[in-house]
Amino acid sequence: MKEILSGNEAIARGAFEAGCLVASAYPGTPSTEILENVARYKEIDSSWAPNEKVALEVAIGACFGNARALACMKHVGVNVAADPLFTASYTGVKGGLVLVVADDPEMHSSQDEQDSRHYARFAKVPMLEPADSQECLEYTRLAFDLSEQFDTPVMLRSCTRISHGKSIVELGERVQGLPAPRLVKDAPKLVMLPGNARVRHPIVEERTIKLSAYGTTAAINRMELRSDKLGVICAGVTYQYVREALPEASVLKLGMVWPLPQELIREFSSKVATLLVIEELDPFIEDQIKAMGIACSGKELTTHCGELSPGRIRDACARAGIIAASTVPSVTIEPVPPRPPNMCPGCPHRGLFYELNRANAYVTGDIGCYTLGFMPPLNAMDTCVCMGASISNGSGLVRCLPPEEQQRVVAVIGDSTFLHTGINSLMEMAYNKAPATVVILDNRITAMTGRQENPSSGYTLDGESAPEVNIPELCKALGIKHVRTVDPYDLEATRQAVREEMARPEPSVIITYRACVLIKGAGRYEKGPILEVDQGKCTGCKACLRIGCPAIEWKPDPEGSKGKAFIDPLLCNGCTVCQQLCKFNAIGGKK
Amino acid sequence: MENTITNILLVGVGGQGILLASEILSEAFMLAGYDVKKSEIHGMSQRGGSVVSHVRFGKEVFSPVVPEGEGDILFGFELLETYRYLSLLKPGASVVVNDYKIAPPSVLLGQAAYPQALPEKIKSNFPDFLLVDGQGLALKAGDVRAANTVMLGAVSKRLQIEEAVWQQALEKMVPEKALEINLKAFAFGREL
Repeated sequence: MKEILSGNEAIARGAFEAGCLVASAYPGTPSTEILENVARYKEIDSSWAPNEKVALEVAIGACFGNARALACMKHVGVNVAADPLFTASYTGVKGGLVLVVADDPEMHSSQDEQDSRHYARFAKVPMLEPADSQECLEYTRLAFDLSEQFDTPVMLRSCTRISHGKSIVELGERVQGLPAPRLVKDAPKLVMLPGNARVRHPIVEERTIKLSAYGTTAAINRMELRSDKLGVICAGVTYQYVREALPEASVLKLGMVWPLPQELIREFSSKVATLLVIEELDPFIEDQIKAMGIACSGKELTTHCGELSPGRIRDACARAGIIAASTVPSVTIEPVPPRPPNMCPGCPHRGLFYELNRANAYVTGDIGCYTLGFMPPLNAMDTCVCMGASISNGSGLVRCLPPEEQQRVVAVIGDSTFLHTGINSLMEMAYNKAPATVVILDNRITAMTGRQENPSSGYTLDGESAPEVNIPELCKALGIKHVRTVDPYDLEATRQAVREEMARPEPSVIITYRACVLIKGAGRYEKGPILEVDQGKCTGCKACLRIGCPAIEWKPDPEGSKGKAFIDPLLCNGCTVCQQLCKFNAIGGKK
Repeated sequence: MENTITNILLVGVGGQGILLASEILSEAFMLAGYDVKKSEIHGMSQRGGSVVSHVRFGKEVFSPVVPEGEGDILFGFELLETYRYLSLLKPGASVVVNDYKIAPPSVLLGQAAYPQALPEKIKSNFPDFLLVDGQGLALKAGDVRAANTVMLGAVSKRLQIEEAVWQQALEKMVPEKALEINLKAFAFGREL
């Protein structure tokens, strides 16, 4: 049967067909939908983990029990999961173990564009890289087989254009007859004490050599011979761009990007006069080919930064004189206002950032929708590094500051990010008595990635009810004496909490508790009264515009006098924050 | 069949239903026997930001992304966003746009004006330009939320796909209770 599937849906289908039994992940764009789709197959035990390290360890545990297991994450998630990854490379597997990593070249929704291929080489595990949804399915199946055949975790690398691209896929059946899960005692392999690990390391080195030899004959690495003048080595989505931009060129398409099939590369290079390596981000393949003593061009043509595309490859090759320059005229347009992303109307984060700005706070930020607190007119974020860093950055910052500046430091972190890697940071802050203020923006969901449940939301991935982490009690248990909860829709209460806790020369936590406007259902977000501006009372003071709500528009008066504010009734969620800012009582419930 | 690729770009503002419209297009092309690829961006850019979805079909499609300057049809959900992406089109491309404006943040704050006369500016570059009263026709069909389906109908006239295939794609992708209104909305768009 044929279906149009995204890369993420096809990876999930591949895991199902491969007989995967356990899957774990932490959401992260562009990887999130893999686990959401795996969860549709009831044969697989799928669950959200609080972070990527835990997700990979859950998968490793299941694989030790002879089950085929999957962990999925975005590129930066592998930084968090690196610790178990490197040791799992030494232990090898019992059941097949696959780690899917989705990179985000161009940083559509990420803080950096690190190239995950380095992790495969660094951890000494093979990495497959599919070029469309059909290959996502096939390579996921193959990854489980290779994992067991070569006794290694296998990484599968996707990217935004593969994960969120769709193409036609031929579906298969789930494999049957895999060994049943059971407890397996094999301490020399599974207990990585120095004595055992020293025995395992040479096995890992030998495995890489065997995998390179496998790659030379494996069907996933294939030569497409067309021209003897120009040959291109490429992998993943870049293969598609190359086929489009250089249709006459011979191509060595690599399905396995680590380890490289050295013999096959030598053979291909001998068949073409000019050899190019075209790859997104780092010269990962190019550097190795040059180290093999083979002449090729790569990053002198294409950039280290951002995505490639057929057009960018064509332009790069035209500049280098490899192909003729394109002469297609393009339309030029006049400059127009940009349209950056914004928090939703009624977003519970908006009032808090407004008050932090007014309190002249220096805000150490974190990863989530609330990173948009950086945007004007809120302008209330001063740093943002990685998941969980807000609290520890704030804790470090107060150590070097004079007391009057210490008071200005406020860390903001979402509920899901706090549970991901913020708990350790808060423990450090309490333990070392760093006098910063922490705000946990508890909107009851992992919002940025598309509303996934988490350990404090009360539900599992399958929508079943689950124990909720009690965040205020957790903060107290970590040693924070001053913990208070406010409703961020109540500006006065939020203002008071922010000012009092900032002034306190001790560690303290404020929890802003209000559901994300995008989560519907009993006990979750409830829409308030739709508001409107009484045009007779509006003086045009613009106070309501300071929160940057997309539902409020300033319309200049055509007569030339002051303009007035308008609320779009289709967008308003009735949070009332603008109403609280209006000194002229011009904003009220729509009649 | 010759490998001629048709490139469609869907542009608008995050949250306007662009992804569903591109799914319906892709489904129709697959049902018509073509190879199809599409590409879009999820995550932060969907929070009210500018959004582009690419759909390509033909005998064999490689890149999921439309090469710059090769777009055949621009399917606009919002006027300013339609104007913003004109440079992705090839000369002589078709532009079908909903007559709908969403103010970007700088306009909401009164710091910039929403650009004037966009339909005229688009039309001067691309004579095959169709401005559609998506909301009005959707309301006539029975539900203002079917505006995107009106637009799909208008776009469908510029594609060599049989009407029955469109109907089949809508039946597969639209929830049953909304199907009748959407089929009607599609027909209104197709009549334009």
